[in-house]
Amino acid sequence: MLRFALQRLVSLTISLIVASMVIFFVIEVIPGDPAAYMLGMNAQPETIAALRRDLGLDQALFTRYLGWIGGMLTGDFGTSYTYRVPVSELVLARMGVSLPLTVYALVLSTLIAFPVGLIAAARRGSGLDAGIMGATQLGIAVPNFWFAMLLVLFFSITLQWFSAGGFPGWDRGFWVNIKALTLPAVALALPQASILARVMRSAVIETLGQDYIRTARAKGLSARQTVVRHALRNALIPVLTIIGLQFSFLLAGGIIIENVFFLPGLGRLIFQAITQRDLIVVESVVMLLVFAVILVTFLVDLAYAAADPRLRRRA
Amino acid sequence: MSLIRVENLSLDIHGTPILRDVSFEIPQGKVFGLVGESGSGKSMTSLALMKLLPEGGDRSGRAVMDGRDLFALDEDTMCGIRGNEIGMIFQEPMTALNPVQTIGDQVAEALIIHGAATRREALTLAREKLDRVGLDGARFPLDRYPHELSGGQRQRVCIAMAVALRPRLLIADEPTTALDVTTQAQILDLLRGLVDEEGMSLLLITHDLAVVAGVADHVAVMQHGRIVEQGTTEALFRTRAHDYTQRLFAASAHRPEREPTVEDEVLLEVDSVRRSYALPRRSLFGPTPVLEAVRGVSFTLRRGESLGLVGESGCGKSTLTRAILGLEKVQGGSIRLYGREPISPTMPNPLRAGLQVVFQDPYGSFNPRWKVSRLVSEPFHLMPQTPADARDRINEALTEVGLTPADADKYIHEFSGGQRQRIAIARALINRPDLIVLDEAVSALDVRVRAQILDLLARLQESHQLGYLFISHDLHVVRAITDRVMVMKSGEIVEAGETETVFANPQHPYTRELIAATPVIPADWTEGKTHETLV
Repeated sequence: MLRFALQRLVSLTISLIVASMVIFFVIEVIPGDPAAYMLGMNAQPETIAALRRDLGLDQALFTRYLGWIGGMLTGDFGTSYTYRVPVSELVLARMGVSLPLTVYALVLSTLIAFPVGLIAAARRGSGLDAGIMGATQLGIAVPNFWFAMLLVLFFSITLQWFSAGGFPGWDRGFWVNIKALTLPAVALALPQASILARVMRSAVIETLGQDYIRTARAKGLSARQTVVRHALRNALIPVLTIIGLQFSFLLAGGIIIENVFFLPGLGRLIFQAITQRDLIVVESVVMLLVFAVILVTFLVDLAYAAADPRLRRRA
Repeated sequence: MSLIRVENLSLDIHGTPILRDVSFEIPQGKVFGLVGESGSGKSMTSLALMKLLPEGGDRSGRAVMDGRDLFALDEDTMCGIRGNEIGMIFQEPMTALNPVQTIGDQVAEALIIHGAATRREALTLAREKLDRVGLDGARFPLDRYPHELSGGQRQRVCIAMAVALRPRLLIADEPTTALDVTTQAQILDLLRGLVDEEGMSLLLITHDLAVVAGVADHVAVMQHGRIVEQGTTEALFRTRAHDYTQRLFAASAHRPEREPTVEDEVLLEVDSVRRSYALPRRSLFGPTPVLEAVRGVSFTLRRGESLGLVGESGCGKSTLTRAILGLEKVQGGSIRLYGREPISPTMPNPLRAGLQVVFQDPYGSFNPRWKVSRLVSEPFHLMPQTPADARDRINEALTEVGLTPADADKYIHEFSGGQRQRIAIARALINRPDLIVLDEAVSALDVRVRAQILDLLARLQESHQLGYLFISHDLHVVRAITDRVMVMKSGEIVEAGETETVFANPQHPYTRELIAATPVIPADWTEGKTHETLV
């Protein structure tokens, strides 16, 4: 198991290095000089040159790459061209919204999807199954920003249980913020839960057709015990894959929901940085997201191995 | 004293009749064999007893055990009986165990689920049961996972699980069909031992008459969902009162009439062939372990000759076959067609046309969306151009294998397993090859169909002067259809010679072991029955 983890770690580190090169050099080939963008149309060439020196843009490409990587490893992500504050500060603040929101949405989605998917699989072909399939179809089809607006209309405006948006900040206490993130998390979780429930259902149904399920029944387990003790863990692999993908997607993909609820999240930060040619922010945030995705992939790999002993020996 | 009495069991599934008036009794402490071909209703009978029938089943009749009708019991009560009073094992040990649970947990679960033991006690008992079925604690600790065991070892785990609570009835549905012959002999011994020592009754379901002959006390023969004949094993084997029983016996002992004329021309020459595979490394920087699948194999095959290759799973015969078909590179030695053209993955297509193959699985080896004409004529792409008389050649090939030209416009799902194997042979014949590799080509077929296909192969060999490389694990079949035979073990040919000589007087200990392990119907049981009266 330890060996498996180490091997995965080595291969993921390699992916990380390759990804950092791709991100850095692709952004470098984008035409335009950040210094010129920052100073505007009427800047003097000397001023631009001075700023380029200041930002280190006059150095060789590879030196700058190493500087960027070295900086990131020591926590120095550079300074935002437009905000004039350290990128790390900027990202950290946004992460404080996006990460809890993602985890919150994912927990909700998993808590809904597991029982729903299991019940649908166990009662395959029943009216309940048909109802669940219909509901999840709807959950995938409904645009989540529209669903978010419905939530706001009902819970914020009619019932006045939640505020319609905004984020108080973690210095104002834990529950206030959890409350503020609840409607966005529900809006994000709905389509994810629908997808996950359907994956869960089909994975369990496939597992229930396996020979070892028949063996378990011949041993004297009831249909319900068979599902819980034998089908569930075997059905987890495809479900874990989807959960991993959903985490990566939610982390930066919540931009529309962030906009609906006026949340200062990562998605909005990238969007603004791109429109303002704040390339250092773009580079750093994208790199950070790649890191997060790779980290999650690693965790999902470990979870695979925990779920399935056959994978532990393979590299 | 009968343990269980089945009375007039009938079953329909979604309106299709499956079983009709099946009645039998299994005596206490005896082995009851249920034989029949695929689709005869053997497995459904056993699943009906366990009340584990597929959805849509409509069952009538009674199954009385201890004065209770099992069919009248509710699901909760049945859960208490399954695994406790009636245990069951299945055909496919490779998939019968949960891959994510240890073998110890799976055996212990049988005890825990019936409240017979706490988890700790159950694990102790699981250890005892695994020891009993021949899996000792040193090599097979409880925390082994199924994928770390071979098929035979997994079947032992299944047996340990099924007998953990000392059930009075064990149902074994084709328990050895997926296993090698030496493993089969061990598992049958184990089952017979459990019956003798623990007073258990065994319902043994199989298609193999010889297996039943060696193990069962009573036998029932099933056909089309009915029991056509039953009685004590020896009496039934000697009398064969029913016409179907006679035909079944005749087919299983069938040997096609062959008059081979072996020419001098060498079709296939295999010379010191080696092939090894790299295994996963044990440590990050250690050497890569190597599996030597084929270790210096040499032989020749002549025109008109039928050469057998026998060996158990893992002996390297599949690797050798793939190399001979030019699907795999060899690392040493050479394989030449017609004694001169080298065979390799990059060999020219027209050369491939001279070498065709028929595989084991008649269900998986056809594209279900193609018509038979296209399936059969696919090897034409090996030729520089499609022959002008393509349609005639398709019709000719189909006629030769006993089908009709009208079959060319059908799809593969419209055919039975035996017909599909005929189509596979037609496909192999279409380019008029010189050599056909028959890779377990009759192993998946029922005995009567198998006899017909063997006849067909023998006839085609004579009319086309074909060379056959006949690869099989079934010694009966190899003996019936080959002129010479090679026995393979651990990547090497350990014995080779004239088929009759090798079988009658095996030299190598492994050959002797194989022959001894092969179940046979006692010779004196068939006395007085000449071949002619049986056919």
